Amino acid sequence: MRIFSRVPKIDFMAQRKVALALSIGLTVLAVALLFVRGLNFSIDFRGGVLVEVVYPQGVQLDDVRGQLEQGGFKEAVVQYFGGTNDVLIRLLPQSAGPAADDGDGDSKAASAAISTKVLDALGSAKTGVQMRRIEFVGPEVGKELSEDGATALLFALFGILAYVWFRFEWKFSLGSIAALCHDAIMTMGFLSLVQEEFSLTTLAGVLAMLGYSNNETIVIFDRVRENLINMRKTAVLDVINLSINQTLLRSIITHFTVLMVLFCLFFFGGDSVHSFAVAMIVGVIVATYSSIYISSGVTVLLKIKREDLVPPEDHAKTQGRDKDGAVV
Amino acid sequence: MHQYPLWKTLTLIVVALFGALYALPNLYGEAPAVQIATSSGDPVPSDLGAQVAKALEAGHIAATASRAEKGGQWVVLFSDPETQLKAEDVLQRELGSAYVASLNLASTTPSWLGKLGARPMPLGLDLRGGVHLLLEVDIADARKSAVQRYLTDLPNYLRGQDIRYTARRVAGDAVQLEFADADKLEKARAAIAKSYKELDVSVVQGAPAPTLQARMSDAEAKRIVDYAVQQNLVTLRNRVNRLGVTEPIVQRQGQNRILLQLPGLQDPARAKEVIGNTATLEYRAVDETPGAAQSAAASGIVPPDDDLFYTRDSHQPVLLKKDVIASGPQLLDATPTIDPQSGTPAVSVTLDSAGAAKMFAFTRANVGKPMGVLYKETLFDTNYNAEGVAMRERRDVQTVISVANIREPFGKRFQTTGLQQKEAATLSDLLKSGALAAPIVIVEERTVGPSLGADNIRRGTHAAIAGFVIVVVFMAVYYTVFGLFADVALMLNMIILVALLSIFQATLTMPGIAGIVLTLGMAVDANVLINERIREELRAGLTPQAAMTAGYERAFLTIADSNVTTFIAAAVLFLFGQGAIKGFAVTLMLGIATSMFTAIVGTRTLAHYVFKGRKLKDLPV
Repeated sequence: MRIFSRVPKIDFMAQRKVALALSIGLTVLAVALLFVRGLNFSIDFRGGVLVEVVYPQGVQLDDVRGQLEQGGFKEAVVQYFGGTNDVLIRLLPQSAGPAADDGDGDSKAASAAISTKVLDALGSAKTGVQMRRIEFVGPEVGKELSEDGATALLFALFGILAYVWFRFEWKFSLGSIAALCHDAIMTMGFLSLVQEEFSLTTLAGVLAMLGYSNNETIVIFDRVRENLINMRKTAVLDVINLSINQTLLRSIITHFTVLMVLFCLFFFGGDSVHSFAVAMIVGVIVATYSSIYISSGVTVLLKIKREDLVPPEDHAKTQGRDKDGAVV
Repeated sequence: MHQYPLWKTLTLIVVALFGALYALPNLYGEAPAVQIATSSGDPVPSDLGAQVAKALEAGHIAATASRAEKGGQWVVLFSDPETQLKAEDVLQRELGSAYVASLNLASTTPSWLGKLGARPMPLGLDLRGGVHLLLEVDIADARKSAVQRYLTDLPNYLRGQDIRYTARRVAGDAVQLEFADADKLEKARAAIAKSYKELDVSVVQGAPAPTLQARMSDAEAKRIVDYAVQQNLVTLRNRVNRLGVTEPIVQRQGQNRILLQLPGLQDPARAKEVIGNTATLEYRAVDETPGAAQSAAASGIVPPDDDLFYTRDSHQPVLLKKDVIASGPQLLDATPTIDPQSGTPAVSVTLDSAGAAKMFAFTRANVGKPMGVLYKETLFDTNYNAEGVAMRERRDVQTVISVANIREPFGKRFQTTGLQQKEAATLSDLLKSGALAAPIVIVEERTVGPSLGADNIRRGTHAAIAGFVIVVVFMAVYYTVFGLFADVALMLNMIILVALLSIFQATLTMPGIAGIVLTLGMAVDANVLINERIREELRAGLTPQAAMTAGYERAFLTIADSNVTTFIAAAVLFLFGQGAIKGFAVTLMLGIATSMFTAIVGTRTLAHYVFKGRKLKDLPV
């Protein structure tokens, strides 16, 4: 089965200015969204207590709230999780109930006991309530995880920047970093828009997406370099256009397979990988666009020249090869 | 046509066979089992198997397998959970308190695979259920008690050197001593600097009386923290052993944190109770001033050098000196015994050399005088309120368990009497497992119930299978024969990836499964690149064999380049992530490496043997 019998001839670079303007607009919008609406951080970063319980039969949330209030947890956020017998209870650090103010300066130790108290308040032994999971993250740990997360994001960007610089050239490097920042901001902007929970796993998804997104850019750049060496008489802009067209089908197919498995994770993988799948799906879709318009677009904007990639001594070699014809 | 190197084919076959062998254990499931460990944490004796068999036979219980496990435990497998429950009961009764029998799941991998070192991937807590706790050791407290120790030790030392001081106190993290004149101060300074090299000694300027200040050097402060963390680590290990959990993890994390993972444990409250349980003894001198204890109890005014406690049995007030002669951390051993003189239960205690020296010095100087033993414990009580709701409360118990006159000087070994039978046993148990050198607080908890764990496994498997089927069908339809090559390579990739994870004993977590599924989707990228390239070369007019060679050669660099960046992202995750995220990063990194091997070498070899010697007009790509 072959979708195209020939390499398509789409003039991507002609639209690059419009695309760049559009991207800048969307990026500003996403940043604004991140500032105004913010990310829906999970307790990994915020700290707090989360308890998921399953009842033998469906329950009314008000009953659960009543029980919790009797146990002293007035600020508890209670919601269904899946069915009406699966209930999620969240407590923020400041609303951690009676245990936090026992006044002996031992409030940190006490907050770990909250989860136990929550279960006690629900009367787990009597009503057959089953604990599904308990998560407690102390405020200090939450802060550290946030810092580590931000550092990881920066290190990943710098690592990729350095690698592309080393393998190609600084204009390409800046082009790919521009695309990566664009992808990261757009993905997080989307997560903010739909208020998908942002946990450590989500962050892992964003980082994996960055690695993968750059993979796209590299495939195009690799082709640009090869074509610049082999087609010495063609204008640089045309070479880039041709390279994108040549790799277009491959990009579509690879994205298709990756998206398929991600949708499998999204639909079958359950809650713990849900936000991971969302982050990656959005990222992969955005990356398709950015690898063409942003990374190549910025590289053109930086006035990429043939000499940047093909050193003079290579010219001689290329000419020699041109005469021989075949390149194997 | 190029000669295809034989070594590549052979490598591929060898790798595939090894992969299949080491991935195999993961296909076997788990069976209900009873795990037996010694309560002391030592490896089980070699004759335990015979004892177990005898006990089970007597109880008419049929086991499907019975074997020693790595880590010095014994595992007995059963066909169903009912038999397992019955067996646990029987075994615990028959083997006695020297052993801990606990319910568990054990792999049913045949023993010949086990002998080859082939084991299934261990499942993470999010898949099998269990308790994860991150504990923080209270450094400030460790330092504070060290300063308290110096507050007692330094004056004692000066007295021994016949240097008189007029006052002593704690100032922040230092000890200050006042002297009558500068001459005595200078003598004391020289003496302390000589004998206590770990202290920074200085003269306090502008103090009303000549004052000397001794502060722990930074190295010493660090050593004390290190020691406290190490000691807590040992203590926690001992306590965790008594929970009877399979493969518990107790390890230091960073400067002052301890990671505790208790797979399979269903009751986090119990875990917290056991690890938070701090029982310790303190030996102190008794304030003998007549009537002082009664008046202190009545007025609430306690003399500055004393603390007020009550005796356990008769609830009489007792004043104990603040100075501690010996305490929990100095206890080496404690065993329950019977006091030969009174015939009552007692605990025989052994002190370390520092504790013994102090104890000997004190008892020699105080023969005939009383010494008090203070018992300190943190308890968690569960009470029920009027609505029948359980309320757990933390309670600090500090009672004087014995005040006895010192009959003769003693040091290293002696007995503490005045306990009840059961108390003697539990106290010696708790003392033996060691007191915590510094208090710990739980800073992170993640507990996964067994039902959620099972759900996660099911969901992860479904996602992986669905993803695999979709990719395989798509590749076969789109690239026909070359698509099938890619499918075979993908299958091989999965096998090698699982085999590597099993060999490294990498813990499989839910994000790890996500990493495997993601690898499925990304691995075929290499084949897409190669196949598209071959199509291009064919269009460019190359002969099929030449197009194939050119396709593989030209795609190679692109594949390598594009994989490196994903690898960088995964490596960063590995460095900064923790727990399950590290698992994801490991799977992703390994997946990238294995996919490059199978997608390039694997499909190339297949293509070579399938198309060898044929006259081709076109390639089925």
